[in-house]
Amino acid sequence: MTLTLIERSLPTPKAADLLGLTREIAAGELLPRADIDEEAARFPRDVLRLLGSAGLMSLPFPEEFGGGGQPYAVYLQVLEEISRAWLSVGISVSVHGLATYPVAVAGTRAQQDEWLPFMLSGEALGAYCLSEPQSGSDAAALATRAQLDGDTYVVSGTKAWITHGGVADFYSVMVRTSDNGHRGISCLLVPADSPGLCSAPPERKMGANASRTAAMILDGVRVPVGRRIGDEGTGFPIALSALDAGRLGIAACAVGLAQAALDASVSYARQRQQFGRPISEVQGIQFMLADMATQVSAARGLYLDAARRKDAGLTYSREAAMAKLFATDAAMRITTDAVQIHGGHGYTRDFPVERYFREAKVLQIVEGTNQVQRIVIGRDLTR
Amino acid sequence: MKIAVCVKQVPDTWAEKRLKPEDSTLDRESAEGVLNELDEYAVEEALRLIEAQGGEVVVVSMGPERAGETIRKALSMGADAGIHIVDDALHGSDAIATSAALAKALEGRGFDLILFGSESTDARMSVVPAMVAERLGLPQLTFAQKVEVDGSTVRIERQAEYGYDSIEASAPVVVSVVEKINEPRYPSFKGIMAAKKKPVDTLTVADLGLEPVTVGLAAAWSAVDEFAARPPKAAGTVIADDGAGGVKIADYLSQQKFI
Ligand SMILES: Cc1cc2nc3c(=O)[nH]c(=O)nc-3n(C[C@H](O)[C@H](O)[C@H](O)COP(=O)(O)OP(=O)(O)OC[C@H]3O[C@@H](n4cnc5c(N)ncnc54)[C@H](O)[C@@H]3O)c2cc1C
Ligand SMILES: Cc1cc2nc3c(=O)[nH]c(=O)nc-3n(C[C@H](O)[C@H](O)[C@H](O)COP(=O)(O)OP(=O)(O)OC[C@H]3O[C@@H](n4cnc5c(N)ncnc54)[C@H](O)[C@@H]3O)c2cc1C
Repeated sequence: MTLTLIERSLPTPKAADLLGLTREIAAGELLPRADIDEEAARFPRDVLRLLGSAGLMSLPFPEEFGGGGQPYAVYLQVLEEISRAWLSVGISVSVHGLATYPVAVAGTRAQQDEWLPFMLSGEALGAYCLSEPQSGSDAAALATRAQLDGDTYVVSGTKAWITHGGVADFYSVMVRTSDNGHRGISCLLVPADSPGLCSAPPERKMGANASRTAAMILDGVRVPVGRRIGDEGTGFPIALSALDAGRLGIAACAVGLAQAALDASVSYARQRQQFGRPISEVQGIQFMLADMATQVSAARGLYLDAARRKDAGLTYSREAAMAKLFATDAAMRITTDAVQIHGGHGYTRDFPVERYFREAKVLQIVEGTNQVQRIVIGRDLTR
Repeated sequence: MKIAVCVKQVPDTWAEKRLKPEDSTLDRESAEGVLNELDEYAVEEALRLIEAQGGEVVVVSMGPERAGETIRKALSMGADAGIHIVDDALHGSDAIATSAALAKALEGRGFDLILFGSESTDARMSVVPAMVAERLGLPQLTFAQKVEVDGSTVRIERQAEYGYDSIEASAPVVVSVVEKINEPRYPSFKGIMAAKKKPVDTLTVADLGLEPVTVGLAAAWSAVDEFAARPPKAAGTVIADDGAGGVKIADYLSQQKFI
């Protein structure tokens, strides 16, 4: 199987090699399995191990701990290519990055030395636990309690919708250490084998079924103080700054998915004949394809702009929200049109666009719904 | 243990291959060049052997300038060094000349094991490993689906229609591998970066001590006189099922000697 080459502006020959490696693995390992594992709702842990040993699970993190030392503008394009071949795997890579972010950015040197090498090699898979049954968009209302007992926190509560819930090796968990609103939240690194930690059965989702999502139940889980990342009460800013970066990941995932839907539509339109000619020669179809392609390019441009700001050390929170908002809405429209271009076939499981359409929806919801992105942008404009 | 792996750059397996009208040789520019698939298995086997027993892997390739990419690919998988035989005089070399050049490049470097793929995907002659072994006066253990090295004894399972033969010889030996032997690894990002710094020696026909007139197209023992493009696929036969469709299909298959 092959993926058509997208000509990209890349900063270094190193980055070009990296994209080449990504395409090779995407074509050899991801594309051939995506349909089958999605249908079977099978979580592809082995694929993530392979990506880990190839060095693709840790691209934006420092080389000294085993990361790839790549700028976001390169990492995100790798993520886009992965998602183009298999969205669930792209989401996994992005969420693993989100889970690793607290230790990498706010951990002490000793914590980084101890844990980052395992996280960055992809040997240990991470999950990021912010949402709860009663606190989604209003994340600061979270209620999972961490009570100090000597030098150990005792943690009880439920974390909802956790990507890699039950299959992760470590959980970066936002907990309440005091009642002081968003200033009463702390971040704990909880190993999967902690007594009292267990997962609920996986959610039965509309799509991205190879990506595991499950609630995590913490019932008196004992977590040593040494596993707190950052000071007590600084968990919420850590969680939000992880999300700023994570949103860029979701934007890149959306562009990859939209590109896949566009590729499938162009190839179907060229081959499907109606009224004695390929439907690709019909202007009405060509205009749909043109709009789809334009939106893909615009979305890519937006996430790259935000990524370059981040790489340059500028603020990028607003731009990341814009990229996430635009790219995921565009992916929803593009996958909808892709089904339309495929006619009746588009509505069947024999063609991938039906799956793309179901998968696009989740991207408008995760890591801050698109309403929340507008709140972020609006607040930044008017503060 | 010092292992050499001979690797060939071939046109991408999926690409349409073409001959050049001017000299009837393969048009290597028209398709992306890739590491011959079976040679990837040979590289993998070499890496596994030195990971288990220690040592060094050197990849050897004869081919134009851009075959250097193929050497880099093997280096990015983990091989230590490369030897690139590159010389315009080699263009159009046949298997006899190819084996002569490879043998000269391998000679006297102290390799314990010389690994090959058992066949290239472009010319598919499946003879180069045997020819190289003969030229070097080494035992040849070909079509290996398993390789074991125990001190200086090299044992292989040779794939056969009825199962396999067990054969062994004392190092140094030539071994060619089949795809059943392993599952080649992907390079890693770090491996690709490291490969850029690994040494690759280039050798010319003169460096090898070969006479230019003994290699290349003019020296080939056989020649392509003429060639024609493959005819386009003809339309298939449609059999309408009027109740006797099964019989008609059986008739058709027996006419084509399938049944
Ligand atoms: C597949 C999947 C994977 C996920 N993975 C993770 C994960 O790994 N870790 C994690 O912590 N969470 C995860 N989530 C949770 C996700 O982040 C939340 O679902 C999301 O933040 C929305 O929260 P909610 O579902 O509670 O919706 P609600 O917050 O209840 O929102 C319901 C609706 O109201 C709208 N709304 C709410 N408040 C406002 C407002 N002020 N203004 C305008 N509109 C508003 C929302 O946009 C939405 O349309 C995942 C969710 C899914 C579906
Ligand atoms: C269109 C076309 C025309 C040809 N015309 C002629 C002709 O006129 N006369 C003629 O005699 N031959 C001709 N050849 C054959 C050509 O010379 C062969 O490519 C060459 O001899 C190598 O043989 P092979 O690829 O079949 O190797 P095989 O024996 O199939 O290869 C086995 C293994 O040997 C090793 N190996 C092979 N080649 C190399 C290399 N260059 N560098 C390093 N390792 C290598 C690899 O490990 C490989 O897996 C022609 C080939 C083609 C495609």
